Amino acid sequence: MRRRLPSGWHLVLAPMSAVTVLPFVWMVLSSVMTQGELNRFPPAIWPEGIDLGGYRTVLEGSDFPRWFLNSVIVSGAIVLAQLALCSMAGYAFARIRFIGSRVTLILVIATALIPFQLTVIPTFLIFNKINLTDTLGALIVPQLSSAVGIYLMTAFFQSFPKELEEAARIDGCSRFAVFFRVVLPVAKPALAALAVITFITAWNDLFWPLVATSSEANYTVQVGLTTFQGQHRADWPAIMAGTVLTTLPVLGVFLFGQRRFVQALTGAVKG
Amino acid sequence: MSTTAPPLSRAGAAARGRRPDRRKPADNVAGWSFAGPATLVILGFSLIPMAWALALSFTDSDLMSPGRNVGLDNYRALVQDPVFHQALRNTGLLVLLYIPASLAAGLLVAVLLNRKVRGIGFYRTCFLVPYIASATSAGLLMGYIFDRDFGLMNGLFVKLGLPVQGLLSSPSQAMFVLTLIFFWTRFGFSVVIYLAAIQEISKEVLEAAAIDGASRWATFRHIIVPSVRRMTVFLAVWGLIDALQFFDLVMTTTKGGPASSTVTIVYYVWQLAFNFFTAGYGAAVAYVLFVGTLLLIVAGLLFARWKGAMR
Repeated sequence: MRRRLPSGWHLVLAPMSAVTVLPFVWMVLSSVMTQGELNRFPPAIWPEGIDLGGYRTVLEGSDFPRWFLNSVIVSGAIVLAQLALCSMAGYAFARIRFIGSRVTLILVIATALIPFQLTVIPTFLIFNKINLTDTLGALIVPQLSSAVGIYLMTAFFQSFPKELEEAARIDGCSRFAVFFRVVLPVAKPALAALAVITFITAWNDLFWPLVATSSEANYTVQVGLTTFQGQHRADWPAIMAGTVLTTLPVLGVFLFGQRRFVQALTGAVKG
Repeated sequence: MSTTAPPLSRAGAAARGRRPDRRKPADNVAGWSFAGPATLVILGFSLIPMAWALALSFTDSDLMSPGRNVGLDNYRALVQDPVFHQALRNTGLLVLLYIPASLAAGLLVAVLLNRKVRGIGFYRTCFLVPYIASATSAGLLMGYIFDRDFGLMNGLFVKLGLPVQGLLSSPSQAMFVLTLIFFWTRFGFSVVIYLAAIQEISKEVLEAAAIDGASRWATFRHIIVPSVRRMTVFLAVWGLIDALQFFDLVMTTTKGGPASSTVTIVYYVWQLAFNFFTAGYGAAVAYVLFVGTLLLIVAGLLFARWKGAMR
């Protein structure tokens, strides 16, 4: 309806989005600068040449590759587990009438209100008791499922037509067969949304890995990067190279699955 | 999350209730074998630790040994603890600045993004990038940009002929700088939620307003703002929970300094339990924060309902 030229809005939108994104652009630029360019005041805005010293320090002079691999293992395991467990639970809460289902669902969703700092000390003590602190397992187990994941999948299956399953049930398929052969293949959009949001959350987590791991070999990238900063105080190109490498996987997943990610965020709110 | 729980379970009951039938034993087995594992993990890692933390808060546990029962001593000590008071003030400042800012900026940007302009998808992506980057990356990056001695920000000030600022090294400025960084990393969420809500406002209503000659401001004030009220309440509650749990950015930038000026409640809980090994006391601080959060949320929701009723 508006008779305005589109270009008018670019004058407002472009500077605003620039302010939000430019720090990241400069993060990439500074990661290829020399220490001299960053350790002076004011620092360089634009690198004179491409210096890969920072990346070399990170990849060859630290445990960063190990931390990166740990993060891949931990986030990957969490995503796979949540896809399986949350979709099964969501399906049950949406479709099967079983004893305690309603109360349990409300209880599960209510746990989203319990802040992690309240449960972190006992959770650490639990893993300490079974001698599992400072292992990758300790990072994975508490996140095998999530309230948000169950909520998303329950909402998805509730809005999902039943005809398909009922036909399969009449043909004599068991509930498990129906779920794995008929329902899951059609639930791909919801599973993709869950995978994207779970990966980003798991990859970015700092608090629990910081508490649960103590030896450098078991750090995730986030924990490693935090300690790396302490050890290489003045080596800003290396720190920036580390942040670039740490951000790339989530940025890639986000750009690739942006539509699903937004669906998951807005879906979790609207229900 | 909790605000949306009741409609979901009601919808679930309706979906399941085509026949008001009795539950079949086979369904109990199937239901629990589907839902059991996920439920067990969630409830096991929330309800048990929650009860344990309460018990712990009445002890002087040092994290390694169970500790003696000290009754309410931890809670009494809180009242006198200057760092706890400082943490409350810092966290309170963050909440008071962040929530209104993220609601206002979120709605404004969402309105700006709700139009058909070439490249609008690119702009929408831009506002979400800081939200998906980890707080560690954001903290290290911004920690450098806002560094007193080498940072870009002071470089900019000097170029503009302004005096160099203390920024993250200044006890009076550090918390404000952190609030700004926090806002930068989080407000994309409000944009996404508001944008989705605005897109659901019916075209007819907006066209009718345009035909009646409503100004842009009138449309915003009398159609858009009331239409997204539910999301405003949700975002305020979510922002409160989010801001009260502020930890990662402190950890990767100031570590609570200078002079405790950026210690937040959760950072203090972490320090108490895992740095100073006073886990019992840490649990007490965490409990006070939890109960305080719940009370604030309930008060906020009652206020929203009351305001809704006044309309």
